[in-house]
Amino acid sequence: MTSLLALENFKVRYGAVEAVRGINLDIRKGEVVALLGANGAGKSSTMNGIAGLVPVAEGRVLFDGRDITDLPPEEIPVSGLTLSPEGRRVFSTLTVEDNLRMGAYGVRDGAEIDAARDRVFSLFPILAKRQGQYAGTLSGGQQQMLAIGRALMCNPRLLLLDEPSLGLAPLIVEQVFGLIATLRNQGVTIFLVEQNVAGALTIADRAYLMSSGQITRHVTADEMRTSCSMVESYLGSQ
Amino acid sequence: MGANDIDLILQQTVNAVALGGTYALLALGLAVVFSIMGLINFAHGELMTIAGYVLMYCGIAGVPFVLGVPLAVASAMLAAMAMERVAFRPVRNASGATLLVTSFAVAMILQVLFQNLISPRSQPVIVPDLLGQSITIGGLVIGVNKLFAIAATLVMLVALETFMTRQKHGIAMRAAAEDFAIARLMGIRANTVIAAAFALSGLLAGVAAVLWVSQRASVDPLMGFTPVLKAFIAAILGGLGSLRGAVAGGFVLGFIEVLLAAFLPSDWQEFREPIGLSLVVLMLVLRPNGLIPAATLQAQKA
Repeated sequence: MTSLLALENFKVRYGAVEAVRGINLDIRKGEVVALLGANGAGKSSTMNGIAGLVPVAEGRVLFDGRDITDLPPEEIPVSGLTLSPEGRRVFSTLTVEDNLRMGAYGVRDGAEIDAARDRVFSLFPILAKRQGQYAGTLSGGQQQMLAIGRALMCNPRLLLLDEPSLGLAPLIVEQVFGLIATLRNQGVTIFLVEQNVAGALTIADRAYLMSSGQITRHVTADEMRTSCSMVESYLGSQ
Repeated sequence: MGANDIDLILQQTVNAVALGGTYALLALGLAVVFSIMGLINFAHGELMTIAGYVLMYCGIAGVPFVLGVPLAVASAMLAAMAMERVAFRPVRNASGATLLVTSFAVAMILQVLFQNLISPRSQPVIVPDLLGQSITIGGLVIGVNKLFAIAATLVMLVALETFMTRQKHGIAMRAAAEDFAIARLMGIRANTVIAAAFALSGLLAGVAAVLWVSQRASVDPLMGFTPVLKAFIAAILGGLGSLRGAVAGGFVLGFIEVLLAAFLPSDWQEFREPIGLSLVVLMLVLRPNGLIPAATLQAQKA
């Protein structure tokens, strides 16, 4: 099977600091792949580099066979890839409805937007109830749902989720992971960054472990079943 | 309080709303651009001046005022977009100081061009006689130009509010003002949204210029400087980058100026400006982020 997303010798730099030091990975259609590692390992830099939020210093990003390495961020969602960024970053001064509308900014077909909105509302009924409310007044969990819902508005084939469970209450974390499983069943390919290793491993098909800007280990599907304690001790030993 | 006092207060209120409305439009123009790209555009005043000169040439060429006004406003919009394309796009990601200095350079270049290509002196602008007349409502004598200014301000504010809250592109501008990087991630084009912000600021400067020139019937190379300085103060007072704040700041400043001019004892009149600005400083001491702080500030605190 060909990969939907492939990173080749992918590097991200901030000035002299190399946050991501030439990683290779690939994600196939329909998979949920987790990128795990400690704080500062380069996980978010990887996500931001793929989505175009930070420039890729070296290497290539191939999405569905197409080189998107140097595309500006605004041209990436129309190709079918979106990022729900770390820290949620919903537009707090816009209503829930307008946040979703912005998520579908590049979609021209009104019927397609309505269908996407209906889907988001069926995934997150609470957002339907809060449509007219400013996003800044939502709780953290609701904002996370809005951030994911917003990213889903352009019907992405690949969804990048950066720390979706960060800062949320345990019950809400469970909901978020349940949602990722639901999305996978609906055919969305997901690339997930998480610090919650146990949670991520329950839903991921495979995982890459990252430290100091490099991929240090690939946990295959076969290893996944028995991997949690292994991964945790592995990450803990870094 | 006698009937005359009430008339005087109403009279001055009309004046304050008219002046404050013009400041509000200018401050809004500054705020729209600042909220999107962090630039305080001091060349905003020259957009006014350009619109003023277009009105002047329209008068000379015999173009009716009602046609001259849209031409003047359109020229300010085009000039704003050209300014962005030529001067500000190359330094878009530079520091705020670089942007500010660039805007001063643009302002000065345009001022020198006006002085050398048109005239260093003030030039008369033909405005319809109607604007110089006044009408009496009750005991109140109100200049038609004041009514025109108030009506134009209202129309602009309502139109802008509708655009910013109902239209997809207006909502996108608010999204970009709050979090530019994430707005781009949604597919909102940086170039488009910034060009639109400049066009909008040009539109507002153009309308403000028409109102300003209608009161004075003249235009000179430095015409835009004072009102834009006032608008800048209004924008800071309201909360820099906040659109509602800019409107509030514009009206507050208009009221301060007009009321001081009307009610300060004559011995004190020469201190009118410092007293007015002291009031502004006092308000900023009490509300350092402005009357209605911008969303980005709120977001940073959250």
